[in-house]
Amino acid sequence: MAMPSSESYSILLILAKIAVVLLVLMTTVAYAVWLERKVVARIQSRWGPYLVGPHGLLQPLADGLKIFFKEDFVPSEVDRVVFWLAPFLAFSLALLSIAVIPFGESITIAGKTIRFQITDLNVGLLFVIAVTSLGVYGVALAGWSSNSKYPLLGGLRSSAQMISYELSLGLGLMGVVMITGSLSLREIVEGQHSLWNVFKQPVGFLIYFTAAVAETNRVPFDLPEGESELVGGFHTEYSSFKFAMFFMAEYANIVTVSCLATLLFFGGWLGPVFGPPVLRSLLPVVWFCLKVFCFLFVYIWIRGTLPRFRYDQLMAFGWKFLLPVGLLNVVATSLVLALSSS
Amino acid sequence: MAALFYIFGALAILAALSVVLQRTPVYSALSLIVVLCSLAVVYLLLGAEFLAVIQVIVYAGAIMVLFVLVIMLLNAHREEPTDRSRVARILGAPLLAVFLGEVLYAVWQHFPPEQTPAAPAVNAGPRAIGELLFRNYVLPFEVTSILILVAVLGAVVLAKKQL
Amino acid sequence: MVPLAHILALSVILFGLGVAGFIVRRNIITIFMCIELMLNAVNLAFIGFSRYLGNLDGQVFVFFVIVVAAAEAAVGLAIIIAVQRNRESLSIDDLDSMKL
Repeated sequence: MAMPSSESYSILLILAKIAVVLLVLMTTVAYAVWLERKVVARIQSRWGPYLVGPHGLLQPLADGLKIFFKEDFVPSEVDRVVFWLAPFLAFSLALLSIAVIPFGESITIAGKTIRFQITDLNVGLLFVIAVTSLGVYGVALAGWSSNSKYPLLGGLRSSAQMISYELSLGLGLMGVVMITGSLSLREIVEGQHSLWNVFKQPVGFLIYFTAAVAETNRVPFDLPEGESELVGGFHTEYSSFKFAMFFMAEYANIVTVSCLATLLFFGGWLGPVFGPPVLRSLLPVVWFCLKVFCFLFVYIWIRGTLPRFRYDQLMAFGWKFLLPVGLLNVVATSLVLALSSS
Repeated sequence: MAALFYIFGALAILAALSVVLQRTPVYSALSLIVVLCSLAVVYLLLGAEFLAVIQVIVYAGAIMVLFVLVIMLLNAHREEPTDRSRVARILGAPLLAVFLGEVLYAVWQHFPPEQTPAAPAVNAGPRAIGELLFRNYVLPFEVTSILILVAVLGAVVLAKKQL
Repeated sequence: MVPLAHILALSVILFGLGVAGFIVRRNIITIFMCIELMLNAVNLAFIGFSRYLGNLDGQVFVFFVIVVAAAEAAVGLAIIIAVQRNRESLSIDDLDSMKL
């Protein structure tokens, strides 16, 4: 059998990595839903899904089948093109940012070193921010195309919230970029061998995490889609498969944001490694997944515990508190860096 | 590599045609977003990686969001065809074709494709652009910051309910 | 690599489409979007030249063009909102009170 040429080999490798990562991501999203239902249920002193499979572990499968068989109706006066486009846009953007996230160091199989990352851009962090800022469109277009007042209000509120907290998100990350001197996600993790960035940038981490919760439209910032406020917000008129896409897009965003928090502040895949080379390559991935799981748990914990912000409180918090604190953090970090290097 | 330039260039032209020809403003805005993203890919192919991402973050992700939200809030309807000028309707497209043809001819004469020199390899990462920006171009940088401040104040005053 | 003439050709075509849209369309917001299209065509030309001269100044200029376009979009859309509030119309056929 002739060996494939080096270029087609690398294309095949990238396609294989994409397939594996997407599969893992979709499974994580499905089981994040299960985890949320279980944890929130326990916080509320009840059991959560219990009947389908042991401890409800097959519940996501049942939900998936239900979604496929549900009737998909489209209201008559909607703008059909945009109505169909919005959930696909939201879902594909949610999956796009996983392309630059590194899960571990690298593994050497048959003499070839394969990195645990689909592609390493040297502006990787900016790429994730770019995909996040495009994510506003899914929400805004869904709200507008539904041609109904609750979705429109929910969509407008939600997009205003997302663009407001995008600024604070970027400012929280600036400190880390200044300390590392690079925008490449792999290099940011490599810079944390001595000390995790969360100890060097505690304020930056808090700003980033708060802004991330607001960006993903989660409690306590989920007024635009809270059931008791706006029926369903921007996804009121959606049913069956398109609604499932919004739902999965939201959870995929949560996973992406958790991965990013792990990489930037908690040392990514760094952790104790030991044993034979195969184990040495796979243990960092395990550490990474454990840390991301901790973040998912914190997200769900916050959801079960905190009440919702009112919309004006939400916007005031984003502009009048988080943004100035972010700016002060950037100024303080640059002062410290300039004084300590001179 | 060069094939990607032609693919995304063609996509940009088709989307630009859609911007100009669509009757519904929301579709024009969405087509403009497609133009911006394809141009971002073209910038990436031409070695301007930082600017490609900045184009997506600022232009496609912030300015166009502003456009889309304003279109939604003002409830802009489909545009009815106007019958103001018959001359424009008859002569418009041919004149445009002549104008474009002339400019393209001039460009082709001045930069013949066969004689393109090899592009020198320059590192166009954020660090290189930042150094230029804060050394040679620090005055325009500060002036544009004031420009943005003035624009923010102006927009707030203009769009208020009661002045 | 891609010849400079092809990059400039793409830029010229986009610019021409922007000009055509600017002249033909009646809705103010669409006219504004054609202006943005023209600005983007110019940005592409800058980046093309920057690549073939090996000089990063072109890219810094594109940076400034994007920033100025943002400021212009903010103020322009605010003006459009004010006009819509006063005239109840988004068509430039109705905005001719300064015509002779």
